[in-house]
Amino acid sequence: MATIATTGNKGKGVRSDCALTLEIMQQGGVQTELISKVKVLYGESILRLCHEILTFYGIEHARLTVEDSGALEFVIAARLEAAIRQLTGDKKEYLPAMLPQNAYQTTRDRNRFSRLYLPGNTPSLMINAGIHKPNGIILDLEDAVAVTKKAEARFLVRNALRALDFYGAERMVRINQVPAGLEDLDYIIPHNVNLILVPKCESAEQIAQVNRRIAELKTKHNIEGNVWLMPIIESALGVLKALEIAQSDNVVALAIGLEDYTADLGTRRTNEGTESFFARSMVVNACKAAGIQAIDSVFSDVADMEALKQNVLRSKALGFDGMGCIHPRQIRVIHDNFAPDEVEIDKAKKIVNAFMEATEKGLGVVSLGTKMIDPPVVKRARRTIDLAVSMGKLSPGWRDAFPENQKA
Amino acid sequence: MSKYDKLTTNAVGRTVPQIINGKEAIPFMGVGKYKPTGRKYAPPISSCADYPADGNKVVASLRDALIRCGLKDGMTISTHHHFRNGDLVANQIFDIAAELGAKELTWAPSASFECHSPLIKYLEDGTIHHIEGSMNGALGRHTSEGGMQGMGILRSHGGRYQAIQDGDLHVDIAVIAAPTADPFGNATGDRGPAACGLLGFALADSQYADKVIVVTDNLVPFPCVPWQIHGNYVDYVVVMDQIGIPEKIISGTTEITKSPDRLLLAEMTAQFCDEAGIVRDGFSFQAGAGGTALSIGIYFAEMLRKRGMKARFARGGSNKYLVSMLEEGLVDYILDGQTFDLEGVRSMRENNNHLNTSPFTSYNYHGKGNFASMVDVVILGATEVDINFNANVVTHSDGYLLHGIGGWMNCLFSKCVILPIPLFRDRMPVIRDEVTTICGPGELIDVIVTERGIAINPLRTDLIDKMKGSSLPVKTIHQLKDEAERICGKPALPVLSDEFIAAIKWVDGTVIDAVRRVVK
Repeated sequence: MATIATTGNKGKGVRSDCALTLEIMQQGGVQTELISKVKVLYGESILRLCHEILTFYGIEHARLTVEDSGALEFVIAARLEAAIRQLTGDKKEYLPAMLPQNAYQTTRDRNRFSRLYLPGNTPSLMINAGIHKPNGIILDLEDAVAVTKKAEARFLVRNALRALDFYGAERMVRINQVPAGLEDLDYIIPHNVNLILVPKCESAEQIAQVNRRIAELKTKHNIEGNVWLMPIIESALGVLKALEIAQSDNVVALAIGLEDYTADLGTRRTNEGTESFFARSMVVNACKAAGIQAIDSVFSDVADMEALKQNVLRSKALGFDGMGCIHPRQIRVIHDNFAPDEVEIDKAKKIVNAFMEATEKGLGVVSLGTKMIDPPVVKRARRTIDLAVSMGKLSPGWRDAFPENQKA
Repeated sequence: MSKYDKLTTNAVGRTVPQIINGKEAIPFMGVGKYKPTGRKYAPPISSCADYPADGNKVVASLRDALIRCGLKDGMTISTHHHFRNGDLVANQIFDIAAELGAKELTWAPSASFECHSPLIKYLEDGTIHHIEGSMNGALGRHTSEGGMQGMGILRSHGGRYQAIQDGDLHVDIAVIAAPTADPFGNATGDRGPAACGLLGFALADSQYADKVIVVTDNLVPFPCVPWQIHGNYVDYVVVMDQIGIPEKIISGTTEITKSPDRLLLAEMTAQFCDEAGIVRDGFSFQAGAGGTALSIGIYFAEMLRKRGMKARFARGGSNKYLVSMLEEGLVDYILDGQTFDLEGVRSMRENNNHLNTSPFTSYNYHGKGNFASMVDVVILGATEVDINFNANVVTHSDGYLLHGIGGWMNCLFSKCVILPIPLFRDRMPVIRDEVTTICGPGELIDVIVTERGIAINPLRTDLIDKMKGSSLPVKTIHQLKDEAERICGKPALPVLSDEFIAAIKWVDGTVIDAVRRVVK
């Protein structure tokens, strides 16, 4: 086993992080060195935390260097625990307190227009993510983390799930590809994660493995809440297996990942998206057949808001219910353009109004003009109205002002 | 001469000296309380018989001019920051002064920049006794660690005009670096290789200094038009190869921000102004040079365009975004204090509705009114704010003096003062129990906008009423402070020395706070 461990990040451009070097010694007590831009304000508290953690692991003799760029406590703790794990293999966990405001559950069919990807080993991008109000925040353990940093990212993501305020966004983690990703679940599941993204999914069996591991962990840690799954379809085989994946337990949405998919096809991704039309349609169809949401791939040009808008409108027209984003600036555009438009809201108002009138009159059948309206149509219209109200596009008291001549 | 003496407590509860660098200083008494009487300071009488009748005041070199001005120990020499970090003149003055063996000089720049760091060696060898102006970056660090013989004095742009006009700051020799000038000394900033827009910060010096030198790298035959600086005030003209580095004259923060967090701050600020009824036909605004402030201008422009309205005037720092608003007809006039980019310079040169202003018109306490108090809303920054809305712009939370005041203090007299600031920078909370240094009393600061909530000064019941029912997250300043400390932890207080190293002068010349030496 190594005698010196280094974790974390430092250098130009690194913020809200720290780099640690830990050497476990045979004697001499704990010697610490702290270099920090916030030394005057937090120097003592940083060292106190480090001593507390070393004591927690029963380490009495060590040399520790902390090069800090303004890291919050949960980051420092994650970095130190990762270093201790490297050196001792001790699996005891030093957990920051769980923020009470993070204790919420999410529903199967909640709104998922936007979900913001955050690299799982980059604290500076995590801290303010929630204030931009994405529907979901993804702490990514997969492609956004360098292979050499995978192990320490788990501690950071775990601590973030506990100590970082998500401001109501659905709390998501993208694990590594199954089977390697199964071990990620051990670090994540006990900390109230709402949804797990399963990358490069190609079979229902992979989802079953994930479900089994989650069930074991839920039993072990006495967890009651749901953990939803969002498999990501990123290959030709995955596309063809989309339906069985979509029908698996706890799956609430399928996402499509077009970078890997087009690579698998041996073609290139274009703005028009002709090469992925089949795959996108297959995924949408599988989702709708299984009664779940379909989520489109991210749009990678973060500077071009107009192109993003066009992309969202095309995506919505194909039947997608949401899209990933890689920059907070994309959230607004995605929300505005996935939101129900005027025509959709007007139609939904007529349907919901007809339904409510029928209910008030005690009629079993809803009709609009000469047309009968099926319950699923009503359900969809109600959802449109709820969305429009929640996004401020419609007043909650819209029915009071609903004009007579619009009524059935 | 001791650096300072006779400590007392001023009206905002700060310990300040009443003797600074051997001169009497008046403790801050409250906003608008101090009104000196008597007559304004005047420069010595000059006679045109002493100046060449052909109007040619060109001398051989800066050294020659300084000798002719009678440079000697203990004098005060002033320079100006129109070239920002691209200034090539100020350092040369003190190189010459050191060669000539002058000691205990006072440097009175309108602001200092990183490019002036070489002057530290003259603070160390006694050529410069102290600085009156601003001490930024390395100079600030050096001063904070006790490296200046005298007390540093920080003033606002308006405070500098006030201090010159009431005699608190006597300038022996003013050196005005001018992008274009004629042999008579008429000078302008709006053209020439080092074009910087205007020369407003040098106006007071030209009028009140004992001796005035104009230095240019673009001498034109008489007359230099426009003459922002009147040659009639000028003693000598010096021609040099280069007086400024154009790419550094342009300020570093003239692009709108790409940071999503700062854009959110800008958007929240603009929405606040809208909901508070500030953005309306004929309103006026001033936003600084920072990326967040620039972005707020963009949101204002969008609102005005959508509603077919326009602003009556905007106070600059001008930049390409403000210029495009002027050219699009979204604002009638730019009243410009300094130009931040070349589009601003071009517009000032070409557009009659883009006017150059000075600390006299905009900020001077001894004027019969000034423009600052007529502005509907001003957007400013701060390093710290406290729970009483007092704000700091000069020191960081670790006690280091790192920034100047600029026009910040003067702008606090606007009808609505908004500070959009992040709740914490990395791990440094911005809202504190008490600011390290008071630069602006809380009674003048109306709104703090952070990404996690907006706090309105309880004194502004009108704004509080207007924001009732708003979708914006309006909170108390205490809630914001608690939230920052929940995220960052409660910060320790810096341990500072009992020794003072600099004084902060309020717009009326009184001492609002004093800065302590940092203990390393």
